[in-house]
Amino acid sequence: MIKNITLGQYFPGDSVMHRMDPRMKFLLTLALIVLIFCVRTVYGYAAVVAVLLLAILLSRISVKYVLKGIKPLWFILVFTFILNIFFITEGEVLLEWWIFRITEGGLIKAVNIAVRLVLLVSITTVLTLTTSPMEITDALERLLKPLTVLHFPAHEMALMMSIALRFIPTLVDETDRIMKAQTARGASFDSGGLIKRAKGMVPILVPLFVSAFKRADELALAMESRCYHGGKNRTRMKVMHMSFRDFVALGIVAGVTVFICFGF
Amino acid sequence: MPIAVENVSYTYLPGTPFEHRALKDVSFTIADGEFVGIIGHTGSGKSTLIQIISSLIPQTAGRVLIDGVDYSQKDADKKKLRRTVGVVFQYPEYQLFEETIAKDIAYGPRMTGIPEEELENRTQVAMELVGMDYETYKDKSPFELSGGQKRKIAIAGVLAMEPKILIMDEPIAGLDPLGRESLMDLVKNLNDCGMTILMISHNMDGLAEYASRILVMNQGELMMNGTPREVFREHEALRAAGLDLPEAGQLVEALRAKGIAISEENIRFDEVKEELIRMLGGKAHD
Repeated sequence: MIKNITLGQYFPGDSVMHRMDPRMKFLLTLALIVLIFCVRTVYGYAAVVAVLLLAILLSRISVKYVLKGIKPLWFILVFTFILNIFFITEGEVLLEWWIFRITEGGLIKAVNIAVRLVLLVSITTVLTLTTSPMEITDALERLLKPLTVLHFPAHEMALMMSIALRFIPTLVDETDRIMKAQTARGASFDSGGLIKRAKGMVPILVPLFVSAFKRADELALAMESRCYHGGKNRTRMKVMHMSFRDFVALGIVAGVTVFICFGF
Repeated sequence: MPIAVENVSYTYLPGTPFEHRALKDVSFTIADGEFVGIIGHTGSGKSTLIQIISSLIPQTAGRVLIDGVDYSQKDADKKKLRRTVGVVFQYPEYQLFEETIAKDIAYGPRMTGIPEEELENRTQVAMELVGMDYETYKDKSPFELSGGQKRKIAIAGVLAMEPKILIMDEPIAGLDPLGRESLMDLVKNLNDCGMTILMISHNMDGLAEYASRILVMNQGELMMNGTPREVFREHEALRAAGLDLPEAGQLVEALRAKGIAISEENIRFDEVKEELIRMLGGKAHD
């Protein structure tokens, strides 16, 4: 009943991109995001797009599938585009009608923001498509580890994240099951006004909360009975390794950064 | 209210890497008053099948007719369908949500358009059916009850809609032996009163005793469709589908392995007993 839930949509595979060290992927994604906002010329965008296309190509995921990630964003895209085009009045006037005035500066700004948003989402989509949520949390834990010196609870943060991620599909399944059970009892969730619909959610939410708390309880009990206590002195089953391909990727992104910062 | 399942197929998440064909061209019919057991290994498509029959998910191909009506059509009378087909899911106790037991049981009938003045009577009847005293429990919170009692209340909530067809997914899972027995007895009684029963179960002995027909699902296909005797004598085929025999069937198999020529037609303990007594030259009596 709940269709196409694509939270942290991971596309299983065994490509070069999938096998890259998640830490490097995470850092490079961050670097590219910052970079997008430093670009000032068409050549700069071309360079970022080239890196993005290369990444998609290497991930063996179709460009179409990646672009699907932008779909939920179209409203924001159109909205910001319209805002920018009408409210920035710099430079030469291109079109004027009644109270509307489109200027060269506004048009450039609007296109700029739209392109940046699309690139932003596409780049992060490639990260989440090629990296499982667990890998991302592991990478985050490793990257935040130096902060433990400042008493930052890196391990606990990562644990919370992975538990939350781990239970998303479980809760989705649970919701689906409860919805079906209540539908079979005559409930309908997509008819009536706002208040009626909100009331209609009660038969789903109450059982969902009951079972979520029960699960949390059971998980805590299971962890305690296995003497779980924090991340101290724990070793990993899968140790992350940087390899040649990670440094090649680093090189490419560094190159693009230099290209954009000095000149374009 | 006969059920006709015609060439039904179902594909999960088509067009993605998770695509999976859960049902492949399944067809069968169920007449009024039958007690049909559905057995199959995990992932064989039994749950998908009952969800399609009760119109909770749309089939990818084929159609399901209940009393000649295809309820998956947009303009179909869904409320009538919900009243006609009651569904008890696995662990139904997780669907309870109201403040009081009586309110929870009345939820289904109320949502399917049963008049208010009839609700109390229906609630009372449904509670008596599952063996919960109306006066004692009606104002209690369903969350105060034990697991077994919660399940009874959840089942009462479905029975209160007075369905003609009752579909159950593994209703005895997690119950103690006494609870299992009383639930199977209840289902048997409902069936005797003319209710069509469609039950997914791993309890082969229960099905061997009560079901009038068994459907065996294997990897999305309907592998067998016959009386319990016809199905449970196929030891090899059932094993290949990853299924157990009823315990009496296992005993027969063990005896045959020892060279005792007892017939595989015996699928219940009383039958095995009589056959053995006959073979020993004794007289069968109770």
